[in-house]
Amino acid sequence: MSRLIRTITLLALAAAPFATAAAQDLSRDDMRSLDGQVQEIKSDVLSIASELSNLEERLLYPSNTQVAVFVAIEDDEDFRLDAVKIEIDGELATHHIYSFKELEALQKGGVQRIYTGNVPTGDHQLGVTMIGKLRNGTEFSKTDQFSFAKGVEPKALGITLAGPGLGKNGIQLGDW
Amino acid sequence: MYRAPFSVIGLLLIASLATSPTKSDELKDLYFGEALYYAHQGYFFEALERLDTEVAQYAGLDEPELDTLFYHIDDAEFSLGDFELRYRMHHRAGRAIRAVLEGAVDEVVRNDAAYRLARIHFQKGQMEDALLALERIDGKIPESIREDIEFLRANVYLAQEKPAESFEVLKRLQGSKSFGGFAAYNLGIAYLQDGQRQQAIEQLDRAGQISTDDPAELAIRDKANLVLGTILLEDGEYGKAMPYLNRVRLDGPFSNQALLSAGWASLSAEDYERAVVPWSILAQREVTDGATQEAMLALPYAYGKLDIHGRAAIHYGKALDAFGTEVDKLNESIESIREGLFLEALVREEIRKNKDWVINLRSLPETPETYYMMELLASHDFQTGLQNYLDLADLRKKLVSWETSFDSFDDMVAIRHDHYEPLLPDVDMKFRELDSRLRLRREQHKMLVRRRDDLLTTPRPEFLATPDEMAVLARIEYIEQQLEDASTPFEGALVARMERLKGLLTWTLETEYHARLTEFENNLSMLDEAMTVAQTQYDRFVRSRQAATHSFEGYETPISRLRARVSEAVRRVDLLMKRQGRQLEIVAIDELMARRGRLESYRDKARFALADSYDRATQAQARSEVQ
Repeated sequence: MSRLIRTITLLALAAAPFATAAAQDLSRDDMRSLDGQVQEIKSDVLSIASELSNLEERLLYPSNTQVAVFVAIEDDEDFRLDAVKIEIDGELATHHIYSFKELEALQKGGVQRIYTGNVPTGDHQLGVTMIGKLRNGTEFSKTDQFSFAKGVEPKALGITLAGPGLGKNGIQLGDW
Repeated sequence: MYRAPFSVIGLLLIASLATSPTKSDELKDLYFGEALYYAHQGYFFEALERLDTEVAQYAGLDEPELDTLFYHIDDAEFSLGDFELRYRMHHRAGRAIRAVLEGAVDEVVRNDAAYRLARIHFQKGQMEDALLALERIDGKIPESIREDIEFLRANVYLAQEKPAESFEVLKRLQGSKSFGGFAAYNLGIAYLQDGQRQQAIEQLDRAGQISTDDPAELAIRDKANLVLGTILLEDGEYGKAMPYLNRVRLDGPFSNQALLSAGWASLSAEDYERAVVPWSILAQREVTDGATQEAMLALPYAYGKLDIHGRAAIHYGKALDAFGTEVDKLNESIESIREGLFLEALVREEIRKNKDWVINLRSLPETPETYYMMELLASHDFQTGLQNYLDLADLRKKLVSWETSFDSFDDMVAIRHDHYEPLLPDVDMKFRELDSRLRLRREQHKMLVRRRDDLLTTPRPEFLATPDEMAVLARIEYIEQQLEDASTPFEGALVARMERLKGLLTWTLETEYHARLTEFENNLSMLDEAMTVAQTQYDRFVRSRQAATHSFEGYETPISRLRARVSEAVRRVDLLMKRQGRQLEIVAIDELMARRGRLESYRDKARFALADSYDRATQAQARSEVQ
């Protein structure tokens, strides 16, 4: 018996987990073919998603009224952004509470589209409030107002956030 | 979709590509940044969807240099390949990365792309192609992947069974911070593969002593010791094997196997008392582990060798009970998989929120099957199948939610149609009136501009006469004509009076000409402003009219086409999920059946050995009573 058990042990150790042997029983060709088909459907669904976004944009946010607000964090910022509130012409457009993953994505250089909506052409007011925590644990909140003009083309507004500090503006609106 | 022609001058956003080895320059394209935002969170479907659209739009531009993506196009194309790779779309990723390689891109980006392409080939088992891609790497290499490239190169050689080719690379990498432990271990395996046993032993010995506190390196150190111990054990060098097996940490991932082998090494050396020690520890551990189950059988065997048959019988009895319970558990698990519960558990979202979700499956009471499948879940082929299944489940969820949104779209279009349709005839009638009035005004305006331009080149004071003056001029002309036709004795006096009147008027027109021209000019510029306002209102009216039509017209075809595409995609996803799920279930059931078979065999042996131990214990007791 000892011989048999040892052989099992050594085989298991030398090769791989027991599982591998079972997995190998599956035809590799079948797996590859299935994998290829999964990749194909992913590609198709991506194309559907793209077409759907296009349709949604046309239907819900036509060019002449579309306004999109993007949020980014200034480089080398290590403050913790907790939430952002966006107001357009004094009315709440959206507010967002950040998860750890989202904050990390912003810190790595990602840009969040926080709001897409409709406004008539002409001059408007954008109100931005950010709430966060500094490295030393101090909580802060900052609000700024900006003017922007909406033309007939879609309007993209980029907001860059930085923790309050010397020489920093805190909230900046992209200049276009 | 209309593309916002914005520029982000002064927006100080620094983007670091999820993929790129270096931080990119100032971010100029918000939509590219948005794709990165999703990619950095691991949402590669969303990232791909956005970046795909952005790059496709860019490709269709007549003047791409005016677009904000122009500054990032190399990074964007590279990222496309990278996201596809991460979303397990190797076919498309390979194409995208090859496109980057063939494009006029920066050396650093090209080398990074070549490395990623090599990695795809390696994962697909295409070693020749992997090597070819690695050979394309030339010139400046991103520092962050320099060692990754070398490590991959060594692994390709090993996979090609050309261990000697990997020696130099692995020797160099032994000093690496990231790959030191792995390179040391792989070098030992390379020597082994090359038939250089002694070199292999020395190298694995070194790999088994590296100083580190990194969990991954600690694990590979344990593995080096375990492999070395096993090699020596297989060769019958039991005494030599022991120190290496003892080096394996008791709380590491290889500890069970090391304890088991340590027991066998001692037993083989006929040191039964020593064999009892590791097996006793191991027999107390997680009963579903293969090594533990084997130890439960080996421990009483060692007691038997020590002639402690009573204790051996007790342990055989425990093993028998445990194996029986586990066989029942495995039967339940197999049944549970057949009922589809395993796949149901896998797609539960709350489980997958945690990065250790595979491990957490063990804690689910309703998924007993996962107890025995930790190794299976960790195997590459199963992982690929599992990830595909999960991706399909996610796609299905998306498609189903889109299906419901089509009805809302239809409603929205219908409401807009019902609202605008009755209003439009009246609006159109007013528009036609406005249009004809504006056209007339435009013509009049043009005529006045022409006159002003003529006056600037050829002064014509009479053109600037007031209506009264024009009436007087006309009257004078009329009287002059009358005088020409009439014959009267006062003709001379009348002509003189006429001339005087005419002279007076001409004097006024000539002397006030410049002032009047200036006033005309001012009036015209005021008219220009009014015309601009009118034109703006006209344009706004036209846009609003078009927007009203566009808000409900032209959606029927795309909505119905998309609806059909989504419905077809759901059907295909369902089919693929069924096939993929079935495949996973088969592998899982095979694995569990293999484990059950092994346990049944252990149970039979335990049953036989239990009886044998009782006999021997009884005989020993009888002997001692006789004595």
